[in-house]
Amino acid sequence: MGKEMRIVLRNADKIDPNSIDDYIKAGGYRALEKARGMERKALIEEVKKANLRGRGGAGFNAGMKWSFVPPAEVTYVVCNLDEGEPGTYKDRTIVQKDPHTLLEGMAICAHAINSKKGFIYCRGEYPYVVEHLNRAIDQARKKGVLGDFDIEVRMGGGAYVCGEETALIESIEGHRGEPRFKPPFPGVAGLWNRPTVVNNVETFANLPEIINRGYEWFASIGAPSYPGTKVLTLSGDVVNRVAIEVPTNTTIREVIYDFGGGIRDGKKFKAVQIGGTSGGFIPESLLDTPIDFDSMRDIGATLGTGAVFVMDETRDIVDIVTRIAKFFEHESCGKCNPCREGTFRNFKIMTKINRGMAAAQDIENMTLLCKVMQKACLCGLGQAAPGPIVTTLQHFRHEYERKLLA
Amino acid sequence: MANFRDIIGAFKDKPGGIIEAYHALQKEYNYIPKGAVAEAARVFGISEAQAYGVATFYSYLATEPRGKYIIRICESAPCHIAGADQVIKAFERHLGIKIGETTPDGKFTLEFAECVGQCQETPVVTINSVPYVGITPEDVPAVLDKCR
Ligand SMILES: Cc1cc2nc3c(=O)[nH]c(=O)nc-3n(C[C@H](O)[C@H](O)[C@H](O)COP(=O)(O)O)c2cc1C
Ligand code: FES
Repeated sequence: MGKEMRIVLRNADKIDPNSIDDYIKAGGYRALEKARGMERKALIEEVKKANLRGRGGAGFNAGMKWSFVPPAEVTYVVCNLDEGEPGTYKDRTIVQKDPHTLLEGMAICAHAINSKKGFIYCRGEYPYVVEHLNRAIDQARKKGVLGDFDIEVRMGGGAYVCGEETALIESIEGHRGEPRFKPPFPGVAGLWNRPTVVNNVETFANLPEIINRGYEWFASIGAPSYPGTKVLTLSGDVVNRVAIEVPTNTTIREVIYDFGGGIRDGKKFKAVQIGGTSGGFIPESLLDTPIDFDSMRDIGATLGTGAVFVMDETRDIVDIVTRIAKFFEHESCGKCNPCREGTFRNFKIMTKINRGMAAAQDIENMTLLCKVMQKACLCGLGQAAPGPIVTTLQHFRHEYERKLLA
Repeated sequence: MANFRDIIGAFKDKPGGIIEAYHALQKEYNYIPKGAVAEAARVFGISEAQAYGVATFYSYLATEPRGKYIIRICESAPCHIAGADQVIKAFERHLGIKIGETTPDGKFTLEFAECVGQCQETPVVTINSVPYVGITPEDVPAVLDKCR
């Protein structure tokens, strides 16, 4: 059986998360000191060569992202703690167990892009995490470990789309959380039009150990194209519903059976959806795929946030996908047509199928609509929303056909 | 009770602080009271329509009165398969209201929620944002008792 490897969660359950002294005793804030002794260019190069790719879903090389930031008077570091993908609780876990790892990671990024001000955008569902973070920031200020870099926590209001980086920026600015057209990308013109780096909690939390141990160490862990570990959160019909951190060459089967302890109540496996509610559904035949970003994409699925939602043999796929379609209909911000209308129609058609009132033509219409959405929607919400429908039609079509009118 | 002008005023120097001001208002009143939107527009130098647009965009912000205890029931897929529907029905039965409504005594409001990030033990409900995990219909009376 494979073993967990803890980089991001290295201090979890070992130190008191409310004590900065504990964190410092465990070697905390040493990486920041080291980073501050480095030339900005060299620091960015180090992160780039580590090939640390974004853990928030898009998988973009973090060092590369930082390198796009032009020299400027004012720049911002923004941490995405919106964690809106259903089935995901990793960022909450990381921050609750070791908040200073995040703060140190943000401060390292701040040095790289010469920023004096950081924001953590925390979802409105987690007011207790906001309090926890404010406590940690207070301690860090008092100790003076952050130097002239300051961090402020802002709370969202329960809108999934605000996890999209430009919608998030709009929200920090005090606006409706509607995505912007890109380009320009936030790295060039983000928060209040200043160059802004937006990274996920887990991305930042990887930085202290990368700086401590060097890029070669990190780049050699797990899958070469997406090295390091990934924090996964298990939910659904799996025995152990926990957060785990594993090297990225771990297979889905190992995740479910070794770490997850298999299916509950002695039942059989039917499907797993990885990456959150916009992720693809994966059948038994593909379980030997490694979880890394590219391997998942190759099977038409996603690593996404690392949510692992397991369904046993008794589960009704069409009913679950109908529920997911309702999620997207509700969360579409309405700014672009293909998403606003598309998520609405998809939910209608899925409901019709689920109630046994649909004909084969409805599936054809929905398939066409999904294609349009994947190409024409403004942001990732609408582009990814068809994923569950498309992948279940591919792997579990018989479950749809069973519900069609004769 | 603090005056809503003072609550909003405390955020006037925070760039983009209108959402933080709305959160602070809700902490005091459980919703954004009448007149506060116009005041926020004035303080943050935007039109009333824009301030209202912000208040209504976010599902956690409300411009209508709500109960003292806001009960949200997660119905995202992991909670859905764990029986969230039954939990919703149990709350509706015990409180005598439908989801989306507030009890006549102004004590409880029932709302749908999407994933609240506690999917390790489903189904999940939150009461004024405090999560209660692994809730069955049988647990509902005991959970409600905590609000008395
Ligand atoms: C609809 C939508 C929701 C998103 N939600 C999140 C989220 O909750 N957390 C997150 O880190 N990234 C989220 N993202 C991705 C962000 O746009 C962005 O790519 C990410 O924050 C970049 O950080 P990373 O490179 O460190 O992953 C979302 C994207 C879309 C389109
Ligand atoms: S799915 Fe209900 S809490 Fe995450």
